[in-house]
Parts: sequence; C-alpha cells; structure tokens
Amino acid sequence: MIAIPAAVDVAALKDTTLLNMGIFGLFVAVTMVIVFRASRNNKTAADYYAAGRSFTGSQNGTAIAGDYLSAASFLGITGAIAINGYDGFMYSIGFLVAWLVALLLVAELLRNTGKFTMADVLSFRLKQRPVRIAAAISTLAVCFFYLLAQMAGAGSLISLLLGISDWGGQALVIIVVGALMIMYVLIGGMKGTTWVQIIKAMLLIAGAAVMTLWVLAIYGFNLSALLGGAVETANNPAVLNPGLQYGKTETSKLDFMSLGLALVLGTAALPHVLMRFYTVPTAKEARKSVVWSIWLIGLFYLFTLVLGYGAAALVGADTIKSAPGGVNAAAPLLAFHLGGPLLLGFISAVAFATILAVVAGLTITAAASFAHDIYANVIAKGKADAATEVRVARRTVVVIGILAILGGIFANGQNVAFLVALAFAVAASANLPTIIYSLFWRKFTTQGAVWSMYGGLASAILLIVFSPVVSGAKTSMIPGANFALFPLSNPGIVSIPLAFLLGWLGTTLDKRREDPAKQAEMEVRSLTGIGAEKAVDH
Amino acid sequence: MGNEAHTPDAAASVDFEQVQSTGQFQELRRRHRSFVFPMAVAFLLWYFAYVLLADYAVDFMSTKVWGNINVGLILGLLQFVSTFAITGWYVHYSNRKLDPIATEIRNEIEGHEFDKDGHRVGGANK
Repeated sequence: MIAIPAAVDVAALKDTTLLNMGIFGLFVAVTMVIVFRASRNNKTAADYYAAGRSFTGSQNGTAIAGDYLSAASFLGITGAIAINGYDGFMYSIGFLVAWLVALLLVAELLRNTGKFTMADVLSFRLKQRPVRIAAAISTLAVCFFYLLAQMAGAGSLISLLLGISDWGGQALVIIVVGALMIMYVLIGGMKGTTWVQIIKAMLLIAGAAVMTLWVLAIYGFNLSALLGGAVETANNPAVLNPGLQYGKTETSKLDFMSLGLALVLGTAALPHVLMRFYTVPTAKEARKSVVWSIWLIGLFYLFTLVLGYGAAALVGADTIKSAPGGVNAAAPLLAFHLGGPLLLGFISAVAFATILAVVAGLTITAAASFAHDIYANVIAKGKADAATEVRVARRTVVVIGILAILGGIFANGQNVAFLVALAFAVAASANLPTIIYSLFWRKFTTQGAVWSMYGGLASAILLIVFSPVVSGAKTSMIPGANFALFPLSNPGIVSIPLAFLLGWLGTTLDKRREDPAKQAEMEVRSLTGIGAEKAVDH
Repeated sequence: MGNEAHTPDAAASVDFEQVQSTGQFQELRRRHRSFVFPMAVAFLLWYFAYVLLADYAVDFMSTKVWGNINVGLILGLLQFVSTFAITGWYVHYSNRKLDPIATEIRNEIEGHEFDKDGHRVGGANK
C-alpha cells in the first residue's frame, strides 16, 4: 500500500520512452486510417459539417461524450483532485450537472430550428447580418479558448512521454501536434471526426475504468481506505475537505462561486457541442444522444474521483508537480505506477487521441462558423456555392490551427481543466443568454441579442486579460508583468449576469419589433420539429 | 439566405401564426414549459446550494460520516444521483406527454402539403 518513492517513477519513465512512443504511434496510425475511410463520401456541405445527419442517437451520444471528455476532463480533473483534493471534484460536478441545462432547455429545440451552426438558430427570427456576425465571432472566441486548453494538454502529455522539460522542446511538441490536427480535419471533416470521437470515447472510458478498478483493488475496494491513503501521502487531512485551493481568502471563495457558475452554464452554450446535435436526423435522436452522453460522462467523472485521489495516494502531489507536464501529468503517472510502460503508452495514446479529436471537432466548428456564417451569408451574401464554402472552411482550418498552436505555447503548464473553465465562462456569457432568450422570450429583439453577445463576450475576455491568469502571479501566462486589475481568475460571476442583463435591457430599449410571424415559425418548429425531422437521403 | 434549409421543406408555406394559436400547440407549449422551467430552477438551486456549502460551510462539509467519507463527498455524489434521476424523469415525461402531441401537429401540417400536381412536397431536409 505504500507508494514507490516518487523519484523512481519519473526516472523509470524515461527509460521506456521508446516503448511509450511505439504504442502511442500505433494508435495514432490506426485512427488516421479510420478517418481516411470515413471521409470517402464527403461531398456536400451537410456531409462536411453535419456528417450527412446520418448518425444514430447512441453513436452521436458517444461522440458528444468524446467531445466533452477532453484532455480537461481526463488530465485536468485528475490532476486537480490529485493536488487540490476536494476542490478539484467541483469540476466533475459542474461539468456534469451542466448537461441538464443542455438536455432540458436547449438540445432538442435547437436541433429543430437550425441547420449547421449556432448562428442559424440565433438569427432565425432576428436580423440576419448583425446577429450572425456576432454569433460567429463568439463561436470563434470560445473555440480559441478551448483550443488553447487542448494544446496545453497535448504539450504536457507529450513532454511527459518524451521526458522533455524545457520550454523550447515543449513548444516544438505543440507545433507538431497542431500540424497533425490540421491534417485530421482537412481530410476527415465531421464524419471522420465523429468516428474518431466514438472510438476514442470508448477507449478512454474503458481505460479509465480499468485504472479505477485497479486503484480500488489496491485498497480492497474500500473508498474510505483510498481516501485515507491520499491523506497519508499528502500528510494533510484537508485534501478530503473543500477549500484547500479556494478557501484561503474571501476573494478566492468568490472565485470558486464564479467557477461553479461558469461550469454549469457553459456546456449548453459551447458551439462545438451544439453543432453535434445537427449530426442526428431527429429531435428524438438528439434527446437520446444527450441522455446517452449524460450517462457516459457521469460514469467517467465518478472514475476521475477515484483516479484523482488514487494519484494523490500512490504517486503523490509533489512528484506530480515536479514531473514534466506538471499537474496535467497526474493521470499518466498513475497509469505508469500501476501498469508500467504498457499502460502508460495506452493511456497516453488515448489521451492524445482525445486531444486530437477534440481539437478537430473545435476546428471544424470554428471553420463552419466562419465559412457558413461570415463568408457564405455575409461576405458572399448567400451567393457562394457549397464547394466554395467548403473550400473557405478548409482554409479557415489552417488559420485557426496556427492561432491555436501559438496560443497553446503560451498557455503551456496551466491546468487544462482550469483553461477549459475559461472557455466555459466565455461561452456562457456570450452565447447562453441569447440562446435562452431567443428560444423562450417572445419579445426578444435584435438589439437585445447584439448587446448581450458583444457585451458578454467583451466583458468575459477583458476580465480574463486583466485577471491573475494572464499577469501578476507566479503561475500567470506572463509572469513578469502585472496588470491584473480584476482579482478573480474566472470571470463568470460578473460577465454572465451582465450578459443576461444586457439582453433584457437591449430588448426593452429597442423601438423596433421583430416579425411575429418569424417568432411563431421558430416556436412551432422548435417544439414540433416540422421540416427538420427527416435525414438527408443517401 | 440563412435559413435556406427550411425553404424547400414541407413547411415552407405553413401559416405558423395560425398553428401557434391553436389549442393543441398551446397545450404542447404549456406541457413543455411546465416541466422544464420548474425542473431547471430546482436543479440549479440544488447545485448552487451545494457550491455555497462547499465554499462557506467547510466545517459542515468536512464532518466525517463513515470512515474517511464526509458530508461534502456524499452531497457531491448526490449531485450525480439527482442528475441521472432528472434525466430519466425528463425522458419518461417527453415520451409520454410531449412526443405524441408534437407528432400529431407535425403530421397535420406536413400531411397537407402538396404541390400543384398533387405530389407530396419534400419532407427531406436537403
């Protein structure tokens, strides 16, 4: 029951680099083949963005789980629990409960009203141009923050596998990962990406299940004994109690609230998750996919509780923090401790595929948003043919890939779950109020939507820029500077209520009225699924 | 333009305001809202109560109940249980109360859509 001295773990890990990489490379090659096979019939825009609406609810649900169980969930939450104890568990709970917002209020209604992107729904009964542009910009911003997190996770993971601890080497790793990801998306489109998500979600859940059972077996299937082990290794009984990370000051307690708010309201506003509802043929299948993914995601987060405390007990927080990859290395280090290079190679490959697939999903969403909303509808004013639109989407993929690589290099070393929580805050501020208002509030107007989206987006991003995340603390992205005027590291508690308020204010002050016929059409469509129920015939 | 997805479909020429004003549709909307709104309020209150407890009632949450398992862990796991329960409840409710009436309305509208030659128009979402 006593952990092997920490230094042995990391040193032994370097000896098996080749084996780790071999298993890892094999897995990446297999997924690549699947992408090639799946992409053979990518012809229309519906194929490229929405996989021809050909997936079933359970397939799509698994893919949603795959999208959602990103590096943040696996590497980030495990690391957060391993180091901060109970406070890390908050991520699991917030990320899961958030699905109820998506299930009850958003998923089916959205599936019934839209075509490819979030902007389709938001601009349905409002003025096309301003709303579409705002929705596309916020989609790009959320995807960018989410991508940052994935890139940082990839950097941590590969650095650990290769034993690279210098900044330049890790930057190089991130560049290579980014290039691979661009290839995935360019070749695979949504269908290829969805298949990768499905396979990877199953492998990730299976791998986490094996590790969970293994850890529990070590402690005689006694959760209390496992928790005792974590207390013993950490030499601090407080790892089991709330407040280890966020309980220090009144400001940090507020930060915890802010995080909690962003987590629960972010999911239903994530453009890449919303886009997945369009890959199923009917609203009923959309509901099925959410239910399916809630079960998978919930199960997985129960695993992360065991894995996090397992890593705390068996590997130890100090070892994790000093390993290449830092806090994000908890899960791979636990795998190495349990099953040696074989399990490490497998788990790392799965985690890497996770990142690759999530990045691909995000990039497709961002590209679709730019090509479909800004290029086709605003720049070309609806006159672009589908082939041009897909071509623009592919070029966008390259640009976004490059931006994400650059951002990832700077975000390297931050906890991935924490970075993703920022993306959640931006999504909940910029998108959620407009989604909710336009689905449920008859009087909602264009001005309300535009105020809410730009206000939410700008306040969330400005608050992040002037927060301790970017400057003013030891762990900041720019540690040398200090322009942290805002004390909280998550902006949600300010920017989310503000965006709701702006949406209400903008609507109340708007002298224009929206077309009641459009409102009627949207409401009838959203609840009944008229015109959206049948899949594209093949 | 933006919603070209909907122009060629079966519902293109439907008078949606008329459909919206029918008793049947009003009933569907009432059933939907009377379930999702209270439920959303309930689970959000329960979630924020939990977050506030973890934030400001650390001593209470740290109370050991059984071995090393404390109140905080149990409440956290109960969040999982309630999420699963609400999911199941909603699916049950929509299958029984929402889907039949939505299908009825849809069939009524789409069933009446024919082009000049009497062929059924679309339905496919191209």
